[in-house]
Amino acid sequence: MSAILSVSGLEKTFGSVVAARDISLDIPAQQTVGVIGANGAGKTTFVNMITGHLRPTKGTILFEGRDITGLPSRDITQMGISRSFQVAQVFPSLSVFDNMCAATAIARGDGRFVSAALRSVRAPEIAADVNVAIELFQIAAYRDTLASTLPQGIRKLLDIAMAVAGAPRVLLLDEPTSGISIEEKFQLMDVVMSALKARNITVLFVEHDMEIVERFADRVLAFYDGTVIADGSPGETLGQARVQELITGAKLKSPRGEASTHA
Amino acid sequence: MLSRANLIGALLFLAAGVVGLFLPPWLVSLLTIAFANALVVLGLIILWRAGLVPFGQALYYCSGAYTVALLARWGGIGDAFVLLIAGGLVAGVVAFLTGFLLARYREIFFAMLSLAMSMILYGVLVKTETLGSTDGFGVDPPHFLGYAPHGDTLGFTLYWFVLLVCAIAALVIGAYFKSVAGALAVPIRDNEIRVEFLGISVTRLIHMKLVIAGTLAGVGGALAAMTIGHVDPNMAYWTTSGGFVFVTILAGAGSVAAAFVGSLVFEIVRSFAFAVLPGFWQMTLGIVLLLTILFLPEGLGSLATRFRRRKPDTKPVATS
Repeated sequence: MSAILSVSGLEKTFGSVVAARDISLDIPAQQTVGVIGANGAGKTTFVNMITGHLRPTKGTILFEGRDITGLPSRDITQMGISRSFQVAQVFPSLSVFDNMCAATAIARGDGRFVSAALRSVRAPEIAADVNVAIELFQIAAYRDTLASTLPQGIRKLLDIAMAVAGAPRVLLLDEPTSGISIEEKFQLMDVVMSALKARNITVLFVEHDMEIVERFADRVLAFYDGTVIADGSPGETLGQARVQELITGAKLKSPRGEASTHA
Repeated sequence: MLSRANLIGALLFLAAGVVGLFLPPWLVSLLTIAFANALVVLGLIILWRAGLVPFGQALYYCSGAYTVALLARWGGIGDAFVLLIAGGLVAGVVAFLTGFLLARYREIFFAMLSLAMSMILYGVLVKTETLGSTDGFGVDPPHFLGYAPHGDTLGFTLYWFVLLVCAIAALVIGAYFKSVAGALAVPIRDNEIRVEFLGISVTRLIHMKLVIAGTLAGVGGALAAMTIGHVDPNMAYWTTSGGFVFVTILAGAGSVAAAFVGSLVFEIVRSFAFAVLPGFWQMTLGIVLLLTILFLPEGLGSLATRFRRRKPDTKPVATS
């Protein structure tokens, strides 16, 4: 089985603080991986290293066999790894449509600045892509709304839709449901996951809600103290005693089922 | 290319050219300077949209002007088209070089660094006696592809020449604002990290904006040198840069047209204030700026958009 993303011996230290250590794992194409762990366990550090926001102190990251360790985030994005943010990162003074146009135009560009100055940002083919994407993510009703006035859930969807505009092969979602009410969480994840499945995207998502993790992940990584302490199917990972003790809380009796604790 | 806005713009420039025939030479000369300076303001609008306000744009203005003056005096070149291109090119190269440093800074640091760079040029020019030190030196009147007018005819010819250059600049920059690189100005101002994570370098986008703005300032300076017939180090002084920022605030960053309207209003207000209240013309300008900021925070250009917006419907429309 060839892995689309493969990390080995990944480590990140800030002075004497070890934020990540000895992380080695392979992610096969089109898998949906949930990442769990308490605050400060190293989940976001892990995401930041893969997307080039942080440079690992040690270790290598291979994407489709190519070494991407320490490359700038924009290069990694262009190669095919996108991300969304824990706090939605959109352009507040633009409408949803213009936010998507900016994202799509950058994605369709070849990274050359001369051509970026010559192509129109609202070219028909870009607008067509945008209209398809906002339907897919079910935010078409907000097409002309300024991003600064969007409800939180729609803003999150816009953030993810912008990340997907570049047709990535791997997408990292940093807490896609944070800041969303419990009733809306499942609906949001349904929209996101079916959109991503439709585009055959390999997904890695950081999540605190174990019900969401169980429902949407094929595989779960449990982070504790900067490293992965459990890696397997949701049932296996969430069933482990150490995971229950350190992350999900020991409320679980059955290995699967009513694992509704918040970590 | 021939959209409605472009057609209206072309007609307005043509009208301005025709109106010039009926105006006294002093007013034509004033309008010529106003239009030349509008090019510098157009460059500032490009930067302002991305949230950048340079207090040293006079560096490129002065580079363009001195290029023209030096080529005319020592290079024996008198053709206005060649001089214009040379002025823009030199300023563009200066902007490209300073851009490697400037593109990394934002806000007050960006403003102060650009100010410092323009003051270096000012300092060098003031100390260079072969270039006339603080007095500067004269620029021989240019000729146009072999046509060499004199006196008032030269003034009119320069006026039409400047209008032609402005029309081309307005067309090109209008297209740039709609392009990917141009439209990313607001995203850069809003959220640089997001732009980087979408896969494009913010530093390089800003660098490109600096080169375009610098080239425009150089072209403006070249035209000003030809019109005034004289260059001096004050063209690089910070009050010159400040004047351009003043006009940019007056004009607003809403549209290409704003640069020209703002620059014209500024020159006219300044001239009349100087004529009517010679001792208080700065105060008059100050009051105008204050009123603009209080009542038209988006500049004179926003008057047009407000009017247009009110007409069809009252729904908020995203400005780009």
